[in-house]
Amino acid sequence: MTEVKIAARGVQVYYGDTHAIKDVDVDIEDKTVTAFIGPSGCGKSTFLRCLNRMNDTIDVARVTGDIRIDGEDIYDKRVDPVQLRAKVGMVFQKPNPFPKSIYDNVAYGPKIHGMARNKGELDEIVERALRRGALWDEAKDRLNEPGTGLSGGQQQRLCIARAVATEPEVLLMDEPCSALDPIATAQVEELIDELRQDYSVVIVTHSMQQAARVSQKTAFFHLGNLVEYDETGKIFTNPEDSRTESYITGRIG
Amino acid sequence: MPTLWLFGLVLFLAAAGFLAARMRVMTAVSGDRRQLHSLPNYYGWNTAMKAATPALGLLVVWLIAQPMVIDSRVATLLPDQAVSADTTLGLVMSDVRRVAEGLDAAVAQGVMSAEQAGSIRAEFTDVRDRLAEAGVALGSNVSSEVLNAAQRYRTLAATGMLWMTIAVLGVACLGLAWSLRETRPEFRARNVVEQGVRAILLFAALVAILTTIGIVLSLIFNTIEFFRLYPASEFFGSLTWSPSFGGGSELGIWPLLWGTLYISLIALLVAVPIGLFAAIYLSEYAGPKVRAFAKPMLEVLAGIPTIVYGLFALLTVGPLLLEVFGRDGLGWMQAGTAVMTAGLVMGVMLIPFVSSLSDDIINSVPQAMRDGSYGLGATQSETIRQVVLPAALPGIVGAILLAASRAIGETMIVVLGAGAAAKLSLNPFEAMTTVTAKIVSQLTGDADFASPEALVAFALGMTLFVITLGLNVFALWIVRRYREQYE
Repeated sequence: MTEVKIAARGVQVYYGDTHAIKDVDVDIEDKTVTAFIGPSGCGKSTFLRCLNRMNDTIDVARVTGDIRIDGEDIYDKRVDPVQLRAKVGMVFQKPNPFPKSIYDNVAYGPKIHGMARNKGELDEIVERALRRGALWDEAKDRLNEPGTGLSGGQQQRLCIARAVATEPEVLLMDEPCSALDPIATAQVEELIDELRQDYSVVIVTHSMQQAARVSQKTAFFHLGNLVEYDETGKIFTNPEDSRTESYITGRIG
Repeated sequence: MPTLWLFGLVLFLAAAGFLAARMRVMTAVSGDRRQLHSLPNYYGWNTAMKAATPALGLLVVWLIAQPMVIDSRVATLLPDQAVSADTTLGLVMSDVRRVAEGLDAAVAQGVMSAEQAGSIRAEFTDVRDRLAEAGVALGSNVSSEVLNAAQRYRTLAATGMLWMTIAVLGVACLGLAWSLRETRPEFRARNVVEQGVRAILLFAALVAILTTIGIVLSLIFNTIEFFRLYPASEFFGSLTWSPSFGGGSELGIWPLLWGTLYISLIALLVAVPIGLFAAIYLSEYAGPKVRAFAKPMLEVLAGIPTIVYGLFALLTVGPLLLEVFGRDGLGWMQAGTAVMTAGLVMGVMLIPFVSSLSDDIINSVPQAMRDGSYGLGATQSETIRQVVLPAALPGIVGAILLAASRAIGETMIVVLGAGAAAKLSLNPFEAMTTVTAKIVSQLTGDADFASPEALVAFALGMTLFVITLGLNVFALWIVRRYREQYE
């Protein structure tokens, strides 16, 4: 049994009057890929965004309950959400490289957090991050070209490298492959599997095959409730809840 | 027949054609519109278009061409001695036209009968007095040559008008008949109307472009005329601007250009930071309620006439600056009118240009960019400085250069706020003037229009045009260059 990285208890999220997440309890383990699956609008992305307080940037969103990372309440007043987000990296649905060079994209996080003492160290960080993002070989000769000039799959790996560069402990991925073709998807999935060695990875996905391929634990969300959370193999072969079974066999969705 | 009537008649024919075509095609399918290729109205529009467009086009061309043809034919009638030394052919021709129009006006008012007007002779009647009765004032007595020419002018114009009416109505009827003949249920009226819409839009675009070209041409001829009278090397080389209407003036552009650039620079130094920061606040920080209130309020600034800004400069800002920097204060300022006064007020005027455009551009930066930056643990201002602004940069540069063009072309604030002295000085508290302000004063002065002192206005205007054109081309270049990098 690996140790628990994120512990959520009684989490409720409201968007204005809409009750988007209803009383979710979940323990996310370290050095594990956890997949959130469920039909559209079930709240899996919303819950993911609670984990790094990205919901703070939306005015109408309100989060209650208790979320602890390494035992520390991230919604505590003393926690700086900006620091938290450096610790809990995020990769988004659509690749969103900044309008900067590949190098500056990756160096962005380390620069604003003052992680490098000099240019040499920054170069090392960038190289390490790009290697982790499996982009170094393709990008090393064009570090000064704009990140937006890369292909979609390369852009998404750049975004992963960018998130990795700040050395987070948790990596949140919100449908990271939905805008990619099958080959790029396979590359990113391979990358996710490698990242598991150092990080706790949480991935939201619409593809049940993807969840089965990359994750060890799977959580099924439905209408804002966490219906079932277990080993991935068990969820896909022998789910306990009838709703989970209906979803994975394609009867609700 | 007056042109307006003719115009109305053509439109009437077109409207009648519309109804006729619609009715014709509906009867052809006995009221069942499903058998038509297009909706019934398209057949109507097709006919209306074909009746009106060629006819109105001919009308316009005729109205432009007729005076030119008549002028050239009447001018041959005038003997050489009628154009004496102190006048030009153009002036005599304008006399001819005035007499001709006067006679027409007299007939129209019933002061003269048509026969009287046709047989009037300069030797027996004082034409000037008779026309004065009809309310047409002439500058000098009418010579018999001019009167002859005027009579010839009248007959030619009358025949021209008659033929024009016949031709325009003929073309309209031809178009009407032809398009009615092709109005059958299977006729693709919808596609033809589409072509027509396209042509109308193209025409509108062409008018805009041709007008610009026309403006440039009208400047060019007078500018060339100026440089024939005054050496270009002096104009672009001299550092003194001292026009004297008696002649012997020095017309160096540099003091004016310097004033223009200096005032514009101060204006931009005020407008760009304030406008940009206001835009950032409005688009990134302000809540929807503040934004809904503050944005229109800022845009009100853009609606204030510049003369009002000028008064503000003259009555409020100038005296205020004088109190601080004037003789009782720091002693740098002699009078309320100064580069600083005009620059500050002009800066206020430009704030909405910068803020409104920048605000739109910042808003169009995708939210995904901001999310990406927040997701990496950046604060709001870091995100704006390092991600949003670079992404919005081309548009912001465009907004700034647009504001710069406005600043360079601004006149009223300068006239009231900066004074009228053409000086080359670095002290922003001294009175200076700009190219535009001098264009006004040179053209509204008492100078003979053919003198270099008046014509210099066109050379100044041309220079200004070239500068703002260069600025706009530069702005386009910047926008294009960075767009490649950022999309």
